[in-house]
Amino acid sequence: MSLLDVEALHVRSADGRALISDVSFSIGAGARLGLIGESGSGKSLTALAVMGLLPAGMHASGSIVLDTGATPATEIVGAAERRLNGLRGRAMTIVFQEPLTALDPLARIGRQLAEPIARRRGLRGGALRRAVITALEEVRITDVDRVARAYPYEISGGQRQRVAIAMALACEPALLIADEPTTALDVTVQAEVLALLDALVSARGMALLFISHDLAVMAGISDRVVVLKDGHAVEAGAVRDIVTAPRHPYTRSLVAAARRLGGALDTLTRTAP
Amino acid sequence: MIGYLARRSAFLLLSLFLAAAVLFLLLRLLPGDPANALLSLGATPDQIAAARHQIGTDRPLPEQFAAWLGSLATLDLGRSFVSTAPVGPEIAARLVVTVPLTVLSFTLAVVVAVPLGYLAARRSNTWFGALLGALSQLGVAVPVFWIGLLLITVFALRLRILPAGGFPRDDWADPGRALTSLALPVVTVGLVMSASLIRYVRSATLDVLGSDYLRTFRALGSSFTGAMWRHGLRNAAVPVVSVLGIELATTFLGAVVVESVFALPGLGTLLVKGIAEHDYPVIQGVLFVSTFAVLLIGFAADLIQRIIDPRLRHNLSVEAR
Repeated sequence: MSLLDVEALHVRSADGRALISDVSFSIGAGARLGLIGESGSGKSLTALAVMGLLPAGMHASGSIVLDTGATPATEIVGAAERRLNGLRGRAMTIVFQEPLTALDPLARIGRQLAEPIARRRGLRGGALRRAVITALEEVRITDVDRVARAYPYEISGGQRQRVAIAMALACEPALLIADEPTTALDVTVQAEVLALLDALVSARGMALLFISHDLAVMAGISDRVVVLKDGHAVEAGAVRDIVTAPRHPYTRSLVAAARRLGGALDTLTRTAP
Repeated sequence: MIGYLARRSAFLLLSLFLAAAVLFLLLRLLPGDPANALLSLGATPDQIAAARHQIGTDRPLPEQFAAWLGSLATLDLGRSFVSTAPVGPEIAARLVVTVPLTVLSFTLAVVVAVPLGYLAARRSNTWFGALLGALSQLGVAVPVFWIGLLLITVFALRLRILPAGGFPRDDWADPGRALTSLALPVVTVGLVMSASLIRYVRSATLDVLGSDYLRTFRALGSSFTGAMWRHGLRNAAVPVVSVLGIELATTFLGAVVVESVFALPGLGTLLVKGIAEHDYPVIQGVLFVSTFAVLLIGFAADLIQRIIDPRLRHNLSVEAR
């Protein structure tokens, strides 16, 4: 039995349109899986369905089973809110794409980070404050004291995303979902945050469901990948196989586009005087 | 914060001065002579001149304005042209009716609108949400006096359980009777106010419900109620507080209509009486006190918003998150 088993997942909008059709995949404990596809392909919706956090009106069917070993295996689709509250932030959690809006604009960073730590580990007072500082240091934030006292608008996008990662890791989940966690960041910051996420997930032995539209980013962090297009899983396999021998036309165009971008740099390097 | 308070207070004083100047000039533009209003028809020119001299309207305008400002500075609102009684105590006596009317209506509106606005947002795509939306639209469209007359018809004339108007002569000596007299006016203003307030609470709640941070905290294991309580409430409060300030000021000013409908001896009816009698000191006094109240309410709303939202303290627009 895997940690996460998604079987024939369908998601429909309130007006009955099929947004995700018959998507299946599974992730073993400590394994990494990527979901890749263009915007609107259903990557983020799949992640929200796994979290049981689909927007109001959307309807999921099929099966999503989460089995951490610590708690009895749970069917997420159709589960009661109370049951899901017990899983979110413990068995699994997610880092969202947009660090600008993912944090409460009116609360200090320290207080926001303290919330999942207090809930997960039952810490209070001085112990909680120390845990917050440690959590910020773990995501390599340099001026920890300032950031802890700052409001989200007072720190950079990269720092905000590090805070979001720290909040997610504080939950010590068996499964971490990262929904395009670096897309909204500057390219240089992107690489740093990606390396950080990679290292922290490895160190904790967490399973990772990584979502991206960028094949190069995906190749660096994930072992296996599922290619989504228009809500369908068109291809799945090891990242290496997908890159070297794409079978579906969409995957081929994805690989070709990534190569063209990389190739442009190579060409420049070669023709440089 | 101290700098802000100093700046804001200076602004308040400047606004008051400008308001006083505008009030003074507008009144002098009104057609009609207060002296005529004091005398019976067919008064001789001598009598009119004497009356003008007595109330001081024969002096040049700048001199009259300076005299008024001077007395304002000593918190003296002058004497009525008609009754020659001092205006300040008269206004104070009227505030005993108008302030409770405003505060109670405002409280009722908040108590009604906050839960209903929240429900309207949570149930935004159900028949219940649609019904609430339609009702609040209707409430915004219906004039205050019409609702007042409707309530009088039902509760005072048909059911005979509440007085149609008036206020005890001894004011609040018997609080029960005073409250009974205010019941219908308070419900009238409270309902009208809550109609528009519901829409603001609804849209503020919808913003929060669709926010990424609420989703973040739920993904971290917070229950919906917990996330709303810890993060939603505060965020929704920012736009609602500014609307509340405006609503409170509007209610205070709108007292004119309601007090007339319910024959309440408040600030509004005093103003109407003053205008009818061309009693400049009374009109100026009432409008000046109202302006001061509105400016103070705005000040308070501003201050509360700054306490809630750190971005305002740093002069950032709310967009710059």
